[in-house]
Amino acid sequence: MALAHLPPLAASLFSLIAIASLLLTFVMLGSRELRHYLYAFALESWTIAILSAALGYYGNFPELYLIAILTVLFRGCILPYLLLRIIRRLNVAREAQVLLQPSSSLVIGAFAVIFTLTVAGGIGAGLGLGGSVVMLALTVMLSMMLIGFLMLTVRYEAISQVLGLLVLENGIFLGGQILVPGMPLLIEIVILFDLLIVVVCFGVLVRYLMRHVGSTSALALNRLVG
Amino acid sequence: MAGGLLLAIVLAPVAAIVIILLVPRPRLAERLNLAASVIVLGASLPLPWASLGGPHVFLDRIVLADPLGAWAVLCAAIVYFLGSLYAVGYMRLLDEEARLARFYALFAGFALAILLAPVMNSVALYWVAIEFTTLVSTFLVAFERAPDSIEAAWKYIIVVSGGLSLALLGTVLLYWAGSFVLGPRYEITWAVLRAASPHMNPSLLLLAFLLILVGYGTKVGLAPMHTWLPDAHSEGPAPVSALLSGALLNVAMIGIVRTLSIVEAGEPGPLPRAALIVLGAFSLFVAALFIVRQRGVKRLMAYSSVEHMGVMALGFGFGGGLGVAGALYHMLNHSLNKSLMFFGSGSMMRSFGTKDIGGIRDVGRRFPVIGAVWLAGAVAITGAPPFGLFASEFTILRAGLTGPHAWAVIVMALLLIVIFIAFLNHFRIMYFAPAGNGTAPVRGVSLWCATPMWLAFLPVLVLGLWWPSAIWHYFGIVAHGLAAPPMLALR
Repeated sequence: MALAHLPPLAASLFSLIAIASLLLTFVMLGSRELRHYLYAFALESWTIAILSAALGYYGNFPELYLIAILTVLFRGCILPYLLLRIIRRLNVAREAQVLLQPSSSLVIGAFAVIFTLTVAGGIGAGLGLGGSVVMLALTVMLSMMLIGFLMLTVRYEAISQVLGLLVLENGIFLGGQILVPGMPLLIEIVILFDLLIVVVCFGVLVRYLMRHVGSTSALALNRLVG
Repeated sequence: MAGGLLLAIVLAPVAAIVIILLVPRPRLAERLNLAASVIVLGASLPLPWASLGGPHVFLDRIVLADPLGAWAVLCAAIVYFLGSLYAVGYMRLLDEEARLARFYALFAGFALAILLAPVMNSVALYWVAIEFTTLVSTFLVAFERAPDSIEAAWKYIIVVSGGLSLALLGTVLLYWAGSFVLGPRYEITWAVLRAASPHMNPSLLLLAFLLILVGYGTKVGLAPMHTWLPDAHSEGPAPVSALLSGALLNVAMIGIVRTLSIVEAGEPGPLPRAALIVLGAFSLFVAALFIVRQRGVKRLMAYSSVEHMGVMALGFGFGGGLGVAGALYHMLNHSLNKSLMFFGSGSMMRSFGTKDIGGIRDVGRRFPVIGAVWLAGAVAITGAPPFGLFASEFTILRAGLTGPHAWAVIVMALLLIVIFIAFLNHFRIMYFAPAGNGTAPVRGVSLWCATPMWLAFLPVLVLGLWWPSAIWHYFGIVAHGLAAPPMLALR
């Protein structure tokens, strides 16, 4: 295990960054404006990039500096820019209909965090890692997954669903950085590129939705049943 | 030997895509794609035998040719060839001449991604390849640009991307579990993880397996993660449906099987296998429910895919020599038979101008030859003798009887009977029910569309009557490789 023994400063820095990402996820969960959503996502990507760089410095993984730069470039700049372009082209600024009010989703999100805390606690106890920053990373990763799925379920607007998926990916990326900082470089880069292609595909599909279905809300997608 | 074959399998579609993109002419594109598929098929036929005798790894250990992967490549190559042949006839009916070149470029790209996935040696690159198949095939599903197709494509990409993110999480956890044994940096290949598995934390390993099972299970179409499948399979053009159902699902199943083999190298208890069996049985159950009351002819075929993936999951779940052999044989038979079924549905859809079973009447009288093959295919796909699927399903049933999951065998047998009755009842209506008004077929079926149906049907019949002992022996090698104690020395 690479990060079992960290200087206290580094450990608190990592914890701070992980918690900041989780908070930004809650910002996304609690807002109905698509733009706020997007800004929170971009900020979260920057936080994760800082985390990569800090890990590279403290954990002596020089390749993580490259990952940090690519994360800023892809997740922090290009992806939000592409999504912003899609939002501008849509004439929807906020979620018109919601299954759950933001306040109720926040409460459910809080329960999700408590649940993952228990799960991560169970796993950490088995590995003898109770209370370390790794445990926190595992909790944050699993929470972001659950919240991402929650956002996928309770939001109807196409762009919110894309952002929900990106939160899932961000969660995995954040957790992955702390749990397995030695993951081969090639794979991390391939996954980053993959994400870029995913968003481009979504952009094209959103345009199809607008032109051929006439709406970008999942509520309009009700033809195929049974 | 295996390296050269793999190179041909990869380069042929790549060359086809590049030329099609440079010179976008529809007639040229269909020929290039067909030529690429012939080369791929030619190189895939000897690949299983070339892959025997130890793991062959190439390109800095990125590419792996092993018996299990080679078998999936062979199944995919057969469907790619049949689909390309059928596409020549079918796509000309769509009046999309201007976008035809783009279709073939995407089609070859989709086949390429499917062929690459099973030969990825790295667990993470396998994930990337599977994700890539989703991205390419989304545009094939949306190709017809009807609101239905776009809706299907959107559901497909959202549901499958969500599912695959779980598989990625599982992969990260697997790598993490390995890092306690092998140190922070190591190669994330199937063999390395399998060797480290006995020393990994069992609960972490189990969590990783369950996440990967649900993740790739989404792609395989195991219920209850199958929701994208009927939409995507029914709304894409018929050759795409065949490739999705006959090739892609198998390839995603390979990931589950390999992960199961990793987990079982340790001592995970009975839960991983039980989880696979429960998902398989539940898929059969859901498929049976939806087949009984189905109204769309291609959706009928799509739910039949859910059923057969459930059967395959049961086969791999029962495990042992018989279970693995049955499941692998089923993979080949299902690839052939489901291609035939989708080709038939596509032709009937175009001929009668409707997707509804209710609008298709008197097939046997109006299309005596094609109708007969399609009907025989329907009998075969429900698992009736003397066709290949009967042999493989029966082997899987036998495999289950000896193990601790005999309940699943009973469930499987009952549900197969329900599906047999319901599925053939739909065919009874399409063939023998009295014709209503206004159901006269608009178009006949061209030779381009008829030939691949025969090419798919004849092997299904032959494989049912004669299970070559060489193939049986080959399955034994695969099963042994999956269950053998890990051989690789730890660093």
